[in-house]
Amino acid sequence: MQSKLGIDFKVVQHARDISKSIAGEVQTFVNSYTTVSVERTLCRLIGIDGVDENGVPLPNIVVEGLREKNALDKGILFIMGNAIIETGKTPQEIADEIATEGLDITTFRFHRQPEVAAALKPFVDRHIEIIVANRLRREKYIATLGEGSKPYLYVIVATGNIYEDVIQAQAAARQGADIIAVIRTTGQSLLDYVPFGATTEGFGGTFATQENFRIMRRALDEVGEETGRYIRLCNYCSGLCMPEIAAIGALEGLDVMLNDALYGILFRDINMQRTLVDQFMSRVINGFAGVIINTGEDNYLTTADAVEEAHTVLASDLINEQLALIAGIPEQQMGLGHAFEMDPELENGFLFELAQAQLTREIFPKAPLKYMPPTKFMTGNIFRGHIQDALFNMIGVWTNQGIQLLGMPTEAIHTPFMSDRYLSIENAKYIFGNMKLIGEEVEFKKDGIIQMRAKEVLDKTIGLLEQIQKEGLFTALEKGIFAGIKRSREGGKGLNGVVVKGDNYHNPFIDSMLNR
Amino acid sequence: MSGGLYSTDKNDFDQTLDLTKIKPYGDTMNDGKTQISFTLPVPAGDEAIEAAKQLLKQMGFDNPQVVFHKELTPGFTFFNCYGNYTGAIDYTRIYVPKVESVSWNMHETDEFIREKISRKIVVLGASTGTDAHTVGIDAIMNMKGFAGHYGLERYEMFETFNLGSQVTNEDFIAKAIELKADALLVSQTVTQKDIHIKNLAELVELLEAEGLRDKIILVCGGPRISHELAKELGYDAGFGMNTYAGDVASYLAQELHRRINRK
Repeated sequence: MQSKLGIDFKVVQHARDISKSIAGEVQTFVNSYTTVSVERTLCRLIGIDGVDENGVPLPNIVVEGLREKNALDKGILFIMGNAIIETGKTPQEIADEIATEGLDITTFRFHRQPEVAAALKPFVDRHIEIIVANRLRREKYIATLGEGSKPYLYVIVATGNIYEDVIQAQAAARQGADIIAVIRTTGQSLLDYVPFGATTEGFGGTFATQENFRIMRRALDEVGEETGRYIRLCNYCSGLCMPEIAAIGALEGLDVMLNDALYGILFRDINMQRTLVDQFMSRVINGFAGVIINTGEDNYLTTADAVEEAHTVLASDLINEQLALIAGIPEQQMGLGHAFEMDPELENGFLFELAQAQLTREIFPKAPLKYMPPTKFMTGNIFRGHIQDALFNMIGVWTNQGIQLLGMPTEAIHTPFMSDRYLSIENAKYIFGNMKLIGEEVEFKKDGIIQMRAKEVLDKTIGLLEQIQKEGLFTALEKGIFAGIKRSREGGKGLNGVVVKGDNYHNPFIDSMLNR
Repeated sequence: MSGGLYSTDKNDFDQTLDLTKIKPYGDTMNDGKTQISFTLPVPAGDEAIEAAKQLLKQMGFDNPQVVFHKELTPGFTFFNCYGNYTGAIDYTRIYVPKVESVSWNMHETDEFIREKISRKIVVLGASTGTDAHTVGIDAIMNMKGFAGHYGLERYEMFETFNLGSQVTNEDFIAKAIELKADALLVSQTVTQKDIHIKNLAELVELLEAEGLRDKIILVCGGPRISHELAKELGYDAGFGMNTYAGDVASYLAQELHRRINRK
């Protein structure tokens, strides 16, 4: 590929090689551990669902039971497999008995691994088949209905009430949105369980539940058939229930998932060991389900300076790419994040933003990059804000971004009104149409501002990656290299849900999903 | 827009400024010109436009004009409108409670603290409750600051601890006791369904229960926070939009100085 920026792809390959070794070291750690949320995910993937009389999800009850008996290291599937053999019941029936009668499944006689695997197989296979069917369903829709062209127009709905969300989402789809993200209620990332059923009360967003996913999926299929475009559904596979959300998303046919451990560590203060272990399982599921993951590097620039710290975004994208590859996510499903967050007062800021977006495009040519709009310098002056979003949209179409997360003129004021979304979509459609092939027509001046900026960012990226390689990712995070935020290895939320896997540990999903 | 680009209407209203009767200004004193946009839950059509006009009349606008409308989705129509506002406000009788301090630059504030207080002021900041947004507290506290206004971390005479987001009120207070904080800064960004009010009020109650309320300068901030609201909730000061670290720093220095002298 010819670089419009004049960058040397041998240098890019060097950056990739370093990132691969950083990711490899993380994975060595990840492979030895499991977490309560991974185990609850496995419960869900063999059909355990529902809540007890107090509203506690059965996967939580089952996994807590294991933890109380110090049997978590064996993994729920090994224990459950033995329970299936001994009782002849299904996982759901057994979970019901645990919840209602206090059944202790850790006391059953242990059978040999092959017998346990055989007992679990029908339940494992059934859910693998559901996920495959959802994947095929999406592919068939795209083949028959078609889809919007890239950059996809991504908008959020955030009413707190899933039924109101449906109205907003369908309106947005009719106006031209390609991806609808249902923002989660504030604080859900810190819940160590997934709420149950359809919900109508949330703050700044709507609970991610399997039933809410189902309701929105149905609504988007309906409006997709009406408008003749497949409409993708996005949710948030992050926080303490990262892999569980991946599982219920895969079971309900979601298309896009925010899925980034680094984001959780930095911005939600989730323990790094916990969330990196969780991330692997969640990405394996997302990769297998054909879900596009979105990473959260754009957020670094909400706290750190977008000009000075641009290289941290790129370095993190490169590490995230390698972590995703290990989890079986193809490049076509990597919505690596970056953002348009420079101070609008900066002279030639547009050129720097253009350099950054083009650089990211050239380094990840196949990835449906997720491009985030200005947020930090949106002021309440909705009229200027609309123009800031227009500049952002120009770069989106110019550099062929994958997912354009549309900015709203009312950013910094409220979650979008129906009319805000309309104005934003109109803005993007106008610019995407009016400037469609500008990227093919316009070249950059040799050694001009844009080319020099790209080279500078790439050089600084390499320097940072080399530093991280030397120290390891965990230590680098402890030192605050990303977003200027320091997080300790033992600190944050969720560490007590991490255990070393024992001898009998069994998780057939990893193998069957990675070797599809 | 039947009027065309130029208005040939005679302006038959008094065009002198009277501060006891002010109204919106378009291009002529007292024209009352106002732009408004909203969405009505009805399909587009003549009836929808008429409904929008009647709504504007009801709001107190003469000469209501719908200059643009668009059905956003079946059953919802968006309007851009103009009208001449008929009411007026007595500007001379306006009273707004404000943070009573002079805003200094970083150097002035540091100098004042060094001379008058002779020790560093210990400040803890957090975005509390379930609020995950750190943008506000970071803008005030981070070294880099925001829009050219350095954050408290850059000041020599502040010892700062930014606890980040989603800090429980209990943890916040525990940390305040541990670090012997002079001041607590609470940032609240998510305000849907007034969640911030409950959370802010809870912090005051907990501080009172611990007997700490009077020992600490308690400040809140965020895009939907005003000084008036802050006072109502039992805070010492509130900082809303368009206030920066310098405003907060000057206030903290002056308020702590006032308190020390009062003793």
